[in-house]
Amino acid sequence: MGKVIVVTSGKGGVGKTTSTAALGAALAQRGEKVAVVDFDVGLRNLDLVMGAERRVVYDIVNVIQGDAKLPQALIRDKRLENLFLLPASQTRDKDALTPEGVEIVMNDLKRYFDWIVCDSPAGIERGATLAMRHADVAVVVTNPEVSSVRDSDRIIGLLDAKTAKAERGERIEKHLLLTRYDAVRAERGDMLKVEDVLDILSIPLIGIIPESTDVLRASNLGSPVTLADARSAPAMAYFDAVRRLTGEPLPITIPGEKRGIFGKIFGRKAA
Amino acid sequence: MTKVLTDARSIRIKGRSFLAVVLTPEAPLDDWIVQLDDLAARSAGFFLGRPVVLDVADLDIDRKGLTELIEQLGERNVRIMGIEGARPSQVGPNMPPLMKGGRPAADVDVTEEEAPKVDLRNAPEPEADRPKAAAETRAVTQSIVINEPIRSGQSVIFPEGDVTVIGSVASGAEVIAGGSIHIYGTLRGRAMAGSLGNAQARIFCTKLEAELIAIDGIYKMAEDMDQDFNGRPVQLWLEGDIIMAETLI
Repeated sequence: MGKVIVVTSGKGGVGKTTSTAALGAALAQRGEKVAVVDFDVGLRNLDLVMGAERRVVYDIVNVIQGDAKLPQALIRDKRLENLFLLPASQTRDKDALTPEGVEIVMNDLKRYFDWIVCDSPAGIERGATLAMRHADVAVVVTNPEVSSVRDSDRIIGLLDAKTAKAERGERIEKHLLLTRYDAVRAERGDMLKVEDVLDILSIPLIGIIPESTDVLRASNLGSPVTLADARSAPAMAYFDAVRRLTGEPLPITIPGEKRGIFGKIFGRKAA
Repeated sequence: MTKVLTDARSIRIKGRSFLAVVLTPEAPLDDWIVQLDDLAARSAGFFLGRPVVLDVADLDIDRKGLTELIEQLGERNVRIMGIEGARPSQVGPNMPPLMKGGRPAADVDVTEEEAPKVDLRNAPEPEADRPKAAAETRAVTQSIVINEPIRSGQSVIFPEGDVTVIGSVASGAEVIAGGSIHIYGTLRGRAMAGSLGNAQARIFCTKLEAELIAIDGIYKMAEDMDQDFNGRPVQLWLEGDIIMAETLI
């Protein structure tokens, strides 16, 4: 049975879709069978970031409504044969998703894939709650600024209350992914410090993705950043995040922090 | 000659608490009375010697109706010592007094074994030990402990007593307690202690960054707070109408 990851944040524009694509591709590059699922019905973007927008025939709403079979809707990635996309519908809205339909689709996906990475829409309404509903693991994407941190806190509260796992009395695994981290601005004190974010959210950190033009360039090329340029700083950070996600104990380094001058390693352990 | 008008000793007035049985009649009243008769038949003498309070908060009834209800209960040897949740217009001078500020207690079990075999019409005084056992029951200050942080958008409401949080209270979260609030973490959201009118309630936290704090309805916004306490372990209490603060340790 596959493991379901929801990539969520509450706030929009923090990097959920980018992170879904990058984490999904990074998992697939390790040889795992991966499906990335777009839950942002009406405002779908994951197909663009994955470079599959010209190949969408059926979408998740068609599958839920029985107009198409799941294998018909899944789009195989052109670069990685074990990476698939289940796109959202652009012409519908979130009301087209039903709890029963989503459950059936997720159960089917779990049978065929090792990992199912769900791209949650922003907000705390139907789309977001259905995206997190069947998750085993949550990746909470947060920018180091106050509104994003507070929205993430709200989402963590919902993860502990509204997911199927929480309702069964189990705990959903939650990880923090800090994105758009700008070392220069952090140095100046214009951004929240990593310690402050961790103190407020008190969930383990799986990675700090530096603000980088590589991310934007990859998105515009229609490629997850981990596929576009595997040697770039954000790609490396996503690879490390995936290693931590799969349980590897790997110390976290804060980008831009001076290290190595005297051969000293500033390894930081997450909370 | 001076006339001694009063005895030198002053009258001493003391408070004492007893556990009362609360009856909550439900409409339609005729059906409810039938159910009460049924209960009385199964455990005869249950109401004998017990102080009974009538809770009419959720009952749509006028003064005449209430008088009749009390009479009907009197015929069944249920003597009402007070009325809870009534409007002043519903209560006449010949009725039991209005009561308020009652604290919830455990439900009273009506058991059949308890029923003494007595004739209801000329009931003797109940044995001394039974009412005593009831009177020994005191209202216990209740408390809850929450072992995880309170996230933004969540609220913990516990009017029955104290709330202890092991973790932080996030910005946009709130804790409302009838008693005191203890936070072993950072208080970033709202904390309202003594919410049902308890000026003795206090707020304790290991790091104060609150948006709003309130004790017994007196509140203070973050802007009005002394910035010296920001980020420090603090306790807050009420002196008159002023919220006082002091760093701990």
